[in-house]
Amino acid sequence: MDTSNVITTRERPQSSPDTPVVLLDNVTVIYGSNRALKEVSGRFGAGAVGLLGPNGAGKSTLLKALLGFIKPAAGRMTVFNLDVARHPLEIRARIGYMPESDGHIPGMNAVSFVAYCGQLAGLPAVDAMQRAHEVLYYVGLGEARYRNVETYSTGMKQRIKLAQALVHDPDLLFLDEPTNGMDPKGRDEMLELIRDLGHNKNVNLILSSHLLPDVEYTCDDVVVMDKGQVAAQGPIAQLKGPAGRVFELRIKGDLPSFIEALHAAGMECTSTDEDVMRVFVPDGAARGGKDQAMVFGLAAQHGVQVRHLRPSIPTLEDVFAKALGEQ
Amino acid sequence: MPIHDQSYRRYAGGKAMPGQAWTVIARAGMVGVLRKRVFLGLLLLGWSPFIFRAVQIYLTTNYPQMAMFAPTAETFRQFLEQQDFFVFVVTIYVGAGLISNDRRANALQIYLAKPLMRTEYIFGKAAILFGFLLFVTMIPALLLLVLQVLFAGSFAFVRKNFFLFPAITVATVLQSVLLTFTMLALSSLSKSARYVAILYTGILFFTSAVYHAMLAITGSTRVSWISLSANLAQVVDVIFRLKPRYATPWPVSLIVILGLVALSISVLERRVRGVEVVT
Repeated sequence: MDTSNVITTRERPQSSPDTPVVLLDNVTVIYGSNRALKEVSGRFGAGAVGLLGPNGAGKSTLLKALLGFIKPAAGRMTVFNLDVARHPLEIRARIGYMPESDGHIPGMNAVSFVAYCGQLAGLPAVDAMQRAHEVLYYVGLGEARYRNVETYSTGMKQRIKLAQALVHDPDLLFLDEPTNGMDPKGRDEMLELIRDLGHNKNVNLILSSHLLPDVEYTCDDVVVMDKGQVAAQGPIAQLKGPAGRVFELRIKGDLPSFIEALHAAGMECTSTDEDVMRVFVPDGAARGGKDQAMVFGLAAQHGVQVRHLRPSIPTLEDVFAKALGEQ
Repeated sequence: MPIHDQSYRRYAGGKAMPGQAWTVIARAGMVGVLRKRVFLGLLLLGWSPFIFRAVQIYLTTNYPQMAMFAPTAETFRQFLEQQDFFVFVVTIYVGAGLISNDRRANALQIYLAKPLMRTEYIFGKAAILFGFLLFVTMIPALLLLVLQVLFAGSFAFVRKNFFLFPAITVATVLQSVLLTFTMLALSSLSKSARYVAILYTGILFFTSAVYHAMLAITGSTRVSWISLSANLAQVVDVIFRLKPRYATPWPVSLIVILGLVALSISVLERRVRGVEVVT
């Protein structure tokens, strides 16, 4: 490629934690008669942000709209303060996209494929090849880099999708369900890579997933989506709060009236299994570690047997369930 | 401290401005096709008529007794017609998988997530087929003209038939543009290169068969506009200042050709997208 017409990236603008990397303002996306995104507003700050939600919540649609694949019916989106509708190329030059579904260039081995992606993103051929080798080693495909991509296993295909997204050194990574189809060991390694990128390598990333532990392990902030709308957003630690305690509880007796009594006492209940529920006791509801006694007291008042009571810690699952209103 | 850090490092080099990615696509596509020995054999075979014509020109310019075989302006038109078989094979071999293979491998989302427009992607893919088509039509035809000058040692033939330079260029470019966009549009409709090849062959032969059936019924060549290859032949005849072979007015044939190119571009605009929306 002719390198006479190049822009240097030596001076890389760094995003401050307060500056939003992605800003959404009343974004609506419509597929035929289906509103996939309904007036979504929100901000994705610098660092690692999780995009959480059940299947069909609109996570992938949002990423595709940010990439310019889908034109919103209404609203405005900006990435690095650049309008997606007006500056798609400048934005995509700074984004790495790891799609959910398998994707590769047919007939290429791994190193040629990744180098080719680098060249498509504007890297000179020599630099692209050097970066391809580097990122393939980084994602753990160093030994398999001369194999045709079509012969790769599912886990290896996930890794090469990450490699092609990283080769041009993006400022922002879109990772769409990056651990799909991976075995437990591969999944752990992938999560380690994502965590390393977000926390040690200064790469902003948006991790779209329906797997709560993946988001909780790799991200600091989260945007929870449901039915095409933002249900909750903010730092994970803050969303897990306010300070309080969570119990796993199994009872025998009149469940509806007991849940009503817990609500009346300022506690929140979410069912997690057939007969196990999680009870969140805010700090204000019971002081001085008397929360367990309070649960037992309420059970006694309503003639309910407590079969199981185990203290737990608030998890992202609680945030998720609370946001989605699965009570 | 490790001797060589294999961790992720940030890139500190330069990046090309957007707008040049089509050259990367075209180059990679051409190199990919040229790596196949079968295709190299096909290209060599595609140049065999050139060698035959070059020998003809050499003999006629150096041996007066062979003068009856001396090339005329029509010789170059005939040469391009001889190349039609290779044009057909190259179009199928190179073109059928250009977009269909990318669709099968879900590569469009990879391409279009990079800083390149859809038009750049299409332009890059088109350049691959367009380049090879010119390689078996325009380049040997122009080279034959140059050889004529070299073997004859005079510009007399070229001076007399100077229109041949633009005629060869315009005719081959028109043919290549039509076939490139038609094949690309068909390639974007399927995920199977084999199916695309069958579809292209079917269209070519079906339109020709319909024309011949209509010719048998009406007895007039006015319906030649139905056939893709007849339209091309009609317009190229006019470009070479020859009497058109069909009764269809040549502007009608040209309109059909341009309409087909426009239709192909419209199909490509709809089919080449980063995301397939099913509503």
